[in-house]
Amino acid sequence: MILEMNDIKKSFGNLNVLRGISLNVDKGEVVSIIGPSGGGKSTFLRCATFLENIDSGEIKYMGKTAASTDEYGNCHYVSAQELREFKSCYGLVFQQFNLFPHYSVLKNVMDAPVAVQKRDKSEAAETAMEMLRKMGLESKADSYPYQLSGGQQQRVAIARALALRPEILFFDEPTSALDPELTGEVLRVIKQLAEENMTMVIVTHEMPFAKAVSNHVIFMDGGVIVEQGAPEKVLGDPNEERTKSFLRNYSQ
Amino acid sequence: MTLSTMLTTMGAGMLRTCTIFFLTLLGALPLGFVIYFARKSKIKVLSSFTKIFISIMRGTPLMLQLLVWYFGPYYLFRWSIRGYRFTAIILGFVLNYAAYFAEIYRGGIESIPAGQYEAAEVLGYTKTQTFFKIILPQVIKRILPSVTNEVITLVKDTSLAFTLAYQEVFSLAKQISASQTSFMPFLIAGIFYYIANYAVAFAMERFEKALDYYK
Ligand SMILES: Nc1ncnc2c1ncn2[C@@H]1O[C@H](COP(=O)(O)OP(=O)(O)OP(=O)(O)O)[C@@H](O)[C@H]1O
Ligand SMILES: [Mg+2]
Repeated sequence: MILEMNDIKKSFGNLNVLRGISLNVDKGEVVSIIGPSGGGKSTFLRCATFLENIDSGEIKYMGKTAASTDEYGNCHYVSAQELREFKSCYGLVFQQFNLFPHYSVLKNVMDAPVAVQKRDKSEAAETAMEMLRKMGLESKADSYPYQLSGGQQQRVAIARALALRPEILFFDEPTSALDPELTGEVLRVIKQLAEENMTMVIVTHEMPFAKAVSNHVIFMDGGVIVEQGAPEKVLGDPNEERTKSFLRNYSQ
Repeated sequence: MTLSTMLTTMGAGMLRTCTIFFLTLLGALPLGFVIYFARKSKIKVLSSFTKIFISIMRGTPLMLQLLVWYFGPYYLFRWSIRGYRFTAIILGFVLNYAAYFAEIYRGGIESIPAGQYEAAEVLGYTKTQTFFKIILPQVIKRILPSVTNEVITLVKDTSLAFTLAYQEVFSLAKQISASQTSFMPFLIAGIFYYIANYAVAFAMERFEKALDYYK
């Protein structure tokens, strides 16, 4: 198991955003998370990537516990030092790309491997170029983010995440900030990653894409998993009324 | 008094003005960061104290502050410190400008989108790396215009050192002009300040241009 999240609960003040969500992701698996706005999808990814602290539940990467809850209901994280080691397990691709504007494309991709993972500079540059090539952006290595289209920026962000050689990659609506004509190029590279058996968890509103790329689909609403299963089942012939009405609204 | 003796005398004053200027920047630019972090501190007493400090520094005249730093120790504690004049001037200028810089830094740092911190955190950068590699360079670019304004104000503010009878350009211009009943010293002082500001604006513009490679 690459990732195990058990009974994750999270609230902001008295707003219960996650009310006991569990997710296991095996090596090579692609999980899509769909659901209406405000359902807690982003919050769930942010908990998985330690951008938010969970209130209770358990998070494990590669079988190693990062956060757990004792019998009194108190949640404990491993020390900040140990938590840092978990960071090389995963990558996160944001809706807004969040590239570093003052770094060139190449530096965006190779800086963390050098500064964080202490990899050799020339090796890191080579890996970075390899990732950019994969994203079809090798000619943009010396450009700055502002010189790129949104789709290109998002592909740089994917290359940046891949350069750290994560076990699992999270995507939070990777195409939502893009003009419709630019979503295709980003979805294509994600599909390509899926074909290479990259383990991924993808929050998306692109239903045909979710159907094509994933092994498992989760429909999340109101902080709970309403329905999950094979993409054909959940997206094609769901059991739950909430899923049905969500998909119906969506195709309109 | 010949023009050349006048220039020599005032030249010494210009040097003192420049000394105040550079020492103030040298102290206030980094101290501004310390003050900013103190203001942002989780230690309540520290952040409240800093907030009050900033508000006093910005809310009272620098001239008054200089008088307080210089005469305060004697009037309050009967301490007389020899050769304290120059120290009092630098102390007054540095603390005052650091407070202004702290506010400029705050504006700059708070304008950086949260996504930059989050991206850095997920990539595994430490807090220190995030600040120095990711945040600070972007902050510097954003605050440069406000810092330029402040530095130009400082060039002119150095003349306030005359309050403590320090022989910088302005004090000398006033003295010489009175004793020689001449308009010349004012003209020389004016040209000096103008050129100094021109140089500052020129240098800062070059600096801004150098950071133009990204948006
Ligand atoms: N830091 C926060 N503080 C307070 N409330 C928050 C915070 N982050 C999220 N929320 C709230 O939690 C709820 C779930 O938000 P979340 O962003 O996880 O939803 P989502 O499923 O990703 O929605 P969308 O499809 O619009 O991105 C929302 O009501 C949101 O307002
Ligand atoms: Mg979201």
